Amino acid sequence: MARVIPPTVDADDEYFWDGVKEHRLLLQTCGSCGTLRHPPVPMCGRCHATDRGVQEAQGTGHVHSWIISRHPSEPDDQARVVVLVELTEGLRLVGNLVDTPFDQVRNEMPVEVCFREIDGVLLPQFRPRSVEGPVPMGSPT
Amino acid sequence: MSRVTVAGSTIIAGIGQTEFSKHSGRSELQLAAEAARSAIADAGMTPADIDGMVTFTQDSNDELLLMRSLGIPELRYWSRTPNGGAGAHTTIQHAALAVHGGAAKAVLVYRAFNERSGRRFGQPNARVTPPGWNWYLPFGLDTPAKTYSLGFQRYMFRYGLTNEDFGRYTVVARRHAATNPNAWFHQRPITLEDHQCSRWIVEPILRLLDCCQESDGGVAMIVTTADRANDLPNRAVKVAAVADAHINDGNIMFNYYHGDLAEFPEARALGRQLYEQTGLGPSDIDAAMLYENFSPVVFLQLEALGFCGPGEAAAFIAEGNIDLTGTLPVNTHGGLLGEAYIHGLNNILEGVRQIRGTAANQLSSPETIMVAGGHSGLILQPAG
Ligand SMILES: [Zn+2]
Repeated sequence: MARVIPPTVDADDEYFWDGVKEHRLLLQTCGSCGTLRHPPVPMCGRCHATDRGVQEAQGTGHVHSWIISRHPSEPDDQARVVVLVELTEGLRLVGNLVDTPFDQVRNEMPVEVCFREIDGVLLPQFRPRSVEGPVPMGSPT
Repeated sequence: MSRVTVAGSTIIAGIGQTEFSKHSGRSELQLAAEAARSAIADAGMTPADIDGMVTFTQDSNDELLLMRSLGIPELRYWSRTPNGGAGAHTTIQHAALAVHGGAAKAVLVYRAFNERSGRRFGQPNARVTPPGWNWYLPFGLDTPAKTYSLGFQRYMFRYGLTNEDFGRYTVVARRHAATNPNAWFHQRPITLEDHQCSRWIVEPILRLLDCCQESDGGVAMIVTTADRANDLPNRAVKVAAVADAHINDGNIMFNYYHGDLAEFPEARALGRQLYEQTGLGPSDIDAAMLYENFSPVVFLQLEALGFCGPGEAAAFIAEGNIDLTGTLPVNTHGGLLGEAYIHGLNNILEGVRQIRGTAANQLSSPETIMVAGGHSGLILQPAG
């Protein structure tokens, strides 16, 4: 199994990790003008409002870039594919690609979010998505 | 809109360094003091002439202990610059603006660490500490090689490059280091085959020989006003331009949120700012020292700074343009891969040496040298 460094949640990102607990991928919105943003910041750079909301992401997107992540000195720390996903909403999010052999990873491949517990940490992950249409969020993984 | 620039009014008066090694055997403060002592002497100054200090926020050395070590009697100004190597050249900007504005007369710029025998930058993080890293560390982005590779991979995809293309840069850097006695890899050139046989660090982007060194050492410089250029024992080098460019949604380690990651918009902004300050363009640059924590950064910078077009860096390098005899010699000392990794500050020393005419791999009378690290950079010319 891969070893996971757990997040240290703070006031600016707890909405995200609260969402993960419910298998929901939440994006921050400006509570005033509605601008979506990721990573979050405590003030809207467009209108300066500090009130914020969340919007559940469709959970779909495609791979902008990717790497294979291995620990340099601990081979029992299983390799993972790290992906930078361009979400359908237009924001980018780092995650891992699962259910995919390393030699099948491609730029621009369609993916959808799923939630997996790895090394005791529940994380949003991504898996290949058939191009017919998105799978509803929160589906069993 | 006019803006305050330091063009023409400030110089690098002295340079100094320790040896570059993998185990210095002494404290980081001692490395800083030794490098600073050399730079002050090289400038023909005494500690009493120094009244300002600038280093990196990441530097562990306390200014007041360094002040005591050197016997500097009084300090008027100090500053630190963020963003690690991306802000290496910002130290010169702070120092230059300080002397230009009269806050200090002569500023000591330094960076010293035991980055191989002490805390190694290349090793994985053990836990989340800095704010904002929750988006990366839990997913495995726990080393600089990985965090930067997530951007480099897009560049490779966009232009159909392979790791072998990056290897052609490393071969050049190691060739330059091989004839630089100051370089850790002095007399140790490599072939492309050596590069391709080195182990993967981040597949399929970086092999071991694409990665900069981890080094112990210290470097220092003295920045002062150009009116003192003729009083110095060594040739003064003018800070013709210096800038530190950032754009909205930018990031240093995790620069994933702008357009297509095959581009480096901060470096493009840096080039624009440097060219605006001087009225120069890419074709006026005689040589460039380009920060490379990893080899692909050279490719992205060559394109963003205008030395070649988008996607053309691989051919530009393969055709020999960055060789000592090329149209734009790059990292004539061997760079951070070949000489040492002193967080990029050693690149500025090489720029100064080339202008002075004292470099190990001396070019023929270069007049204009760019030293850049993606976000920050400067242009050096002979003073007077
Ligand atoms: Zn707003």
